[in-house]
Amino acid sequence: MAKHKTPMLDELEKGRWPSFVSDIKQEAENRGKTSVELHAPKEACDDLLGLLELTYKDKVVHWKHGGIVGVFGYGGGVIGRYCDQPDQFPGVRDFHTMRVNQPSSKFYSTEFLRQLCDLWERRGSGLTNMHGSTGDIILLGTTTPQLEEIFWELTHDLNQDLGGSGSNLRTPSDCIGMARCEYACYDTMALCYDLTMEYQDELHRPAFPYKFKFKFDGCPNGCVASIARADMSVIGTWRDDIRIDQGAVREYVGGEFKPNAGAHSGRDWGTFDIQKEVIGLCPTQCMEWDGKKLKIDNKECTRCMHCINVMPRALRIGQDTGASILFGAKAPILEGAQMSTLTVPFMKIEEPYDELKDLIEKVWDFWSEEGKNRERLGEMIQRVGFQKFLEVLEIEPDPRMIQEPRSNPYIFWKEEDVPGGWDRDIKEFRKKHQR
Amino acid sequence: MGYDPKDPLKDRITDIGPRNYEEFLPPVIKENYGKWLYHDILEPGVLMHVSETGAKVYTVRVGGCRLMSVTHIREICEIADKHCGGYLRFTTRNNIEFMVDDESKLKPLMEDLEKREFAGGSKKFPRGGTGAGLTNVVHTQGWIHCHTPAIDASGVVKCVMDELYDDFQNMRFPAQVRISLACCLNMCGAVHCSDIAILGIHRKPPMLDHEHLDNMCEIPLAIAACPTGAIKPATVDGKKTVAVKNERCMFCGNCYTMCPSMPLADEEGSGVALLVGGKISNRISEPKFSKVVVPFLPNEPPRWDSTVEAIKKILYAYVEDANKYERLGDWAERIGWERFFEKTGLPFTEHLIDDYRFAYTTWRQSTQFKF
Ligand code: SF4
Ligand code: SF4
Ligand code: SF4
Ligand code: SF4
Repeated sequence: MAKHKTPMLDELEKGRWPSFVSDIKQEAENRGKTSVELHAPKEACDDLLGLLELTYKDKVVHWKHGGIVGVFGYGGGVIGRYCDQPDQFPGVRDFHTMRVNQPSSKFYSTEFLRQLCDLWERRGSGLTNMHGSTGDIILLGTTTPQLEEIFWELTHDLNQDLGGSGSNLRTPSDCIGMARCEYACYDTMALCYDLTMEYQDELHRPAFPYKFKFKFDGCPNGCVASIARADMSVIGTWRDDIRIDQGAVREYVGGEFKPNAGAHSGRDWGTFDIQKEVIGLCPTQCMEWDGKKLKIDNKECTRCMHCINVMPRALRIGQDTGASILFGAKAPILEGAQMSTLTVPFMKIEEPYDELKDLIEKVWDFWSEEGKNRERLGEMIQRVGFQKFLEVLEIEPDPRMIQEPRSNPYIFWKEEDVPGGWDRDIKEFRKKHQR
Repeated sequence: MGYDPKDPLKDRITDIGPRNYEEFLPPVIKENYGKWLYHDILEPGVLMHVSETGAKVYTVRVGGCRLMSVTHIREICEIADKHCGGYLRFTTRNNIEFMVDDESKLKPLMEDLEKREFAGGSKKFPRGGTGAGLTNVVHTQGWIHCHTPAIDASGVVKCVMDELYDDFQNMRFPAQVRISLACCLNMCGAVHCSDIAILGIHRKPPMLDHEHLDNMCEIPLAIAACPTGAIKPATVDGKKTVAVKNERCMFCGNCYTMCPSMPLADEEGSGVALLVGGKISNRISEPKFSKVVVPFLPNEPPRWDSTVEAIKKILYAYVEDANKYERLGDWAERIGWERFFEKTGLPFTEHLIDDYRFAYTTWRQSTQFKF
């Protein structure tokens, strides 16, 4: 028997899409009858359902603001949460979240997941997010005394650490990359792991003005959305020519291969028309097809990926690969949304990644010095100017960094830009120019 | 052994980081790492990747709830043990991927996934989310766990996906469509570059708990948190507190983040805004932000009917009208926003004209419009 009546939530058990309500109910039931010794409230799931039902009625959330909890020595990784109806729902009186650092690209062995489940059944609510928006495994709902216990078991028994929260480096995340994608221009998984390990201190001890996110996309398709949601976006690319298998191109034209790997097969779009669907849609118009041979003027190609996506069997990314590095993306809070700005058009991405780490540390030094409290990197770059940012990073300006040159001529010339400097003698001036 | 509260620092281990991903790669992935040549989508939700070694990996992608129980995860593990040698992965958009290294293992896996249902009748593992169709909705915490949400997350997503279920399992769209949800302007989910974004917004300025404000909050922090400078110090009944210039408030909730004595969520005031036309990829056109096309819809638990209805209107107008490979935002720009509102049937109101910083860059400064 369910502890609370949940007529509104029950509506969310209907329909075909997996129902989180059904899932929480099954967990509630299992918790009721398990023989495992539970260290967090047995009725956590029941009371969460009850609380959520109440929220559905009131239409205003019933979690209190914040709550400072954590594990010793870490400034991040735990989000405190208290319910504002503790007497009605004691099982979720305190319901803190732990962020656990996910493995690169979110591959798992069932052995590890089971260990995690066992731990979370015993010491938490038995509910998780797989995964949170930043990428972490989210263990949803436990009490304050359990936090250190969980951390102990995670580190000692699971060889696994917490992720980040607060004004620090957030848990880095990456696309699937070379594990299963032919478009990967560098090893996103290896880089993500390496930087996560290198910057453990920054991840766990808030020392920045605000949060800082790295995300690693293997190519301009951008499967982890780094350009929109990372303070530093590393996006794979290449400098040489797209590799063409002319025979395979003809097979696409002949209809032997389905365009776009079969992505459009749910509807009849007519026969594949390379002229219209590839040549005509190339944003730089740098391709030609004479009926037999595909030509690409690679110097004019901006590597948008379209032709490669349409004909993955015939076209491959180049071989001189690396990444473009962009800085400053963020969601609207506070100054409005920003995408990352191209700062380093190309960098080789190879172990031990010294060049990249050097760049990261220069950015952090500058931001830590200049950034205001709760000012994201992108906002600071806007405030101090992109030129200043480049100057600090010792990067030469390049037309690749801009959409178009400035249209206002309000140039902040520096004194050293102007011959003779700014100091002039008004008396000398008056000799030639009467008042 | 284990944690000792009396001696909390004894044998403490810190900063060990995540487990090394190499421990978790299925053998076929490990052996062909970086050697993949091409891929094909065999049918919705089923991918085949071919390596230069000749090896193939078959992936079955199924939609998952971001919120899942350990019981559910154990069931996922049971499937992966039975069919996939004990490995699996999750995608950025909360799908689950089961991989097998031989075509003969595909059918039994698919059949096994297909038949599993929750007690309430919903599918546990709907297959789909590939190609020119709809994939899983990424979303934030909502009423399940956060303190600033204007809307629920998991519930809204459930209702939207129930309605669009067939399009998760099909690939009949002009291009892929990414729907995302964030329950407040903080946008943990970064929905601002999605084809369709569901966003929770507040419409009432913060209430002021003068009685407790000074004890609960650092007043200067609350004042500094406001991006529009709407908050100033005040004294009420001899207590130090703040005052809010209501007409300057844009309901961002920053003050509440800094100060729990300034809540702004409200039964009537908070609800849903819809944004469209954003994208992340560099494919053909550049990445772009989503634009607000529905300024407000009320919170309507449990089935969120108006939100679901508006999303269907937008989505199906696009699906009917757009060219092959054209993303929703590219379509809207090609036909023009005046046509977008005509074709979707959404009303255009004053709230859709920008009045924030740099607003004028979004006003029309030409006579090139359509009648
Ligand atoms: S970003 Fe590029 S390399 Fe990474 S998974 Fe997506 S398509 Fe593949
Ligand atoms: S990658 Fe894009 S720009 Fe380059 S040739 Fe292909 S379609 Fe044209
Ligand atoms: S989007 Fe806002 S309300 Fe939702 S989880 Fe993030 S901070 Fe909380
Ligand atoms: S909600 Fe935002 S704009 Fe309104 S008073 Fe608070 S901080 Fe200022």
